[in-house]
Amino acid sequence: MNFKLKKLVPQLLTLLVVIIVFGFFTFNAQVNMENRGIEFGFGFLTQESSFDVQFSLIEYDGSHSYARAYLVGLLNTLLVAFIGIILSTILGIIIGIARLSPNYLIEKAAAWYVEFFRNIPLLLQIFFWYFAALRALPLPQDADSMFGVFFLTIKGLFVPKFVWENLDIFFYSIIAAIVSVLVIKNYARKLQENEGKQLPVFFISVCLFIILPLLTFLIGGVSLDFSIPLLKQISNTSYIYEGGLGIPPELIALTLALGLYTATFIAECVRAGIQGISKGQKEAAASIGLTPNQILKLVVMPQALRIIIPPTTNQYLNLTKNSSLAAAIAYPDIVLVFAGTALMQTGRAIEIVSITMLTYLSISLSISVLMNWYNKSIAIKEK
Amino acid sequence: MNKFNLLKPDSSNLYKYIYTGSFLFFISTLDVFLNSFFAINITSFLPNFISFILPLVLGLFGLYLIRIEFSGIKSLDLLNKNINTNNFNAFLSLIIIFVVIKSIPPVMSWFILDANITGDTKDACTGTGACWTYIKIWLRRFIYGMYPNAEQWRINLSFISLLALGSVGYFATEKLKKYLTLYYVVIYPFIAFLFIFFFISGGPVFFEFSYGIIAFSISLIIGFFIPKKFKTWYFLLIPIILYISLKYFFFYEESIDLGKLNGLNWVETGAWGGLSLTFIVSFFCLIFCFPVGMFLALGRRSEMPTIRYISIGFIEFWRGVPLITVLFMSSVMFPMFLPEDFFMDKLVRVIIAISLFEAAYVAEVIRGGLQALPRGQYDAAKSLGMDYWKMHILVILPQALKLVIPGIANTFLALVKDTPLIFVVGLLELVGMLNLAKTNPEWLGYAMEGYVFAAIIFWIICYAMSKYSYNLELKYKTER
Repeated sequence: MNFKLKKLVPQLLTLLVVIIVFGFFTFNAQVNMENRGIEFGFGFLTQESSFDVQFSLIEYDGSHSYARAYLVGLLNTLLVAFIGIILSTILGIIIGIARLSPNYLIEKAAAWYVEFFRNIPLLLQIFFWYFAALRALPLPQDADSMFGVFFLTIKGLFVPKFVWENLDIFFYSIIAAIVSVLVIKNYARKLQENEGKQLPVFFISVCLFIILPLLTFLIGGVSLDFSIPLLKQISNTSYIYEGGLGIPPELIALTLALGLYTATFIAECVRAGIQGISKGQKEAAASIGLTPNQILKLVVMPQALRIIIPPTTNQYLNLTKNSSLAAAIAYPDIVLVFAGTALMQTGRAIEIVSITMLTYLSISLSISVLMNWYNKSIAIKEK
Repeated sequence: MNKFNLLKPDSSNLYKYIYTGSFLFFISTLDVFLNSFFAINITSFLPNFISFILPLVLGLFGLYLIRIEFSGIKSLDLLNKNINTNNFNAFLSLIIIFVVIKSIPPVMSWFILDANITGDTKDACTGTGACWTYIKIWLRRFIYGMYPNAEQWRINLSFISLLALGSVGYFATEKLKKYLTLYYVVIYPFIAFLFIFFFISGGPVFFEFSYGIIAFSISLIIGFFIPKKFKTWYFLLIPIILYISLKYFFFYEESIDLGKLNGLNWVETGAWGGLSLTFIVSFFCLIFCFPVGMFLALGRRSEMPTIRYISIGFIEFWRGVPLITVLFMSSVMFPMFLPEDFFMDKLVRVIIAISLFEAAYVAEVIRGGLQALPRGQYDAAKSLGMDYWKMHILVILPQALKLVIPGIANTFLALVKDTPLIFVVGLLELVGMLNLAKTNPEWLGYAMEGYVFAAIIFWIICYAMSKYSYNLELKYKTER
């Protein structure tokens, strides 16, 4: 009895404190909103937003609703996160492997890269790229082209745009290729387990990935055209590029800073993962006659990935959250568009800030749920 | 047979190889060196592309020639082992050497040779390099923000005294060492808080600060003569009673007069800024987030479901959202949750927000340490009859915290690097001040200098912190 009471009292007390604090906050919020004549609700989402956004992946202008503006911001955030993740992964793997190089110069260069970019605040790096480095680029009319089609100017990077016809068929063909590769992989594994035969799975999958999409060009009516950016004078002193795809400097600065910064952390994860494999594993694999390639593929990488992937996913999450710094250089991500402009216009602080936070929260939580599931599935099964 | 081993070194023609290889390598480096330092191209008679690629080819061939196994020359073996194990490594080494040689002159000229630091207007900057005059003129603003020039000694004095009080640990004798934890965990943050909120912000509250100090020191002196039994209660109650009595009965009349006469000027927190604000914010968040994080970590591992789930919810919530939205919340949403006429300073709100945010991260780090401890430690402590708090304070936490020093240091580093974000609520620390100075019409176009300056300062702070944590880790490493 005494023991039970001892456990019950602190719990009840904590619960009481939490409830009181929450109740206090809600009560105040109600009083404050009544005083200001605001009613709590999400009806404003369907209202006309009447503000413009500089850069948007979907069709949007002032006549669309606030919900649409939210979607524009979310897509822009995801775009930055996606490009940043690819950039930081490639760079991180290279730097991480370079840190383990027997070459003294390469090892030191990679170490200095990590020490340098890791110890400077990300916001400062974004500002540096945006306000100092990219501002030094030439004006559109003075820009030199790269291979005649890319133009890097102070107004952004201009690249050729793909002009697709029957894009959906192309997508279906890629999906078909993925499915067939999975089927073949499964079949090859069964074949090896049952009969000991090996299929050249890698070769077959590469072929599939090339042939299937190519077929759609020949018989599916898919065609691809490039629209190359061309310089056009709109007044005496101002020039613009037309026809191509313009990548705004905000996006370049943001992805560059995020990629370079996060790469340092991913590099450390990769290094720790590869170093975490004991020498005995490699020696044991070599002693049963595996080739160096096989050792890497069958023994070292599967074990290293088990160490590398969880912290790396964490870094991806951090990158996604850090992409909210976009607001500082006016890249229209969810924080700037929704928690900035929309909030200023509607004055609905509680609703908008909670929607924004919930969005990030659900991205984070869903990724960590996936991560936990993955961790469980690859964990070493101990007897 | 032996006639055809021209391309294979042996003991007889070993030196020929070494001399040829070194010569080629030397020529290639010299070419790049002359090119970058003196703008002389010794291969200008060749076509452009070949002249560009030649050093690389020569260097590669040279390195190939001196790659001799078991040459018997120690330094050559060392060189081969470290930068010249195979063709690919030799190529990468050459690239790095060339890039370093190439980048020295422009960097040097921008930083030092063509830079200006004299004068005090924009016109003084005539060189093609950096304009350090800009930094020199704005240095006060970068360090103190908008804090009035005449009052800046207060910031200096506070920081110096806090530094001095913080270094007490190094000089403490063996006898006093056991009180150090208490000092650093309770007393020092309290004094720091008094200093910053009552001394840097100034106003008549300055006297409250002096009452606090007086009350505290009197009670400390009397405290030595109090029997041990009552010491806890004594230290909990007496300083507060003394403080209140001093304030309302003893000094009351005089303090009003003194406050009018020569009290310190009130400087509102909006005027604080620059590097000093960076320090203030990181310092307070660091102090507050640690205990909160520790309780959250213990809560998450508690056996009581209510406490555990509340902790989990709290931690996962803060870890799932970016800091910038938390700051948005503290600036636009939090005031809605407070009673109508209750005003909370912007800086206080920011410090609370960042502390709670970082506390969630600290909690996860400490939880890692708690989980890493073997069960035997808990069982042993329990079998000695310790209760929950005694077990954790005396046995578990000291070991767990030792384990997580690197993780905690990383979190603190992240905290320092996150402080520039407070620009969201309009507080301008170093990076914010840079952005302000950059838009000043008299000093347009010096963004680069400002960012390089800030980057160097932040880099030094963060690098020093990480090295310190590494030393700490070594110091507290115990064999298990």
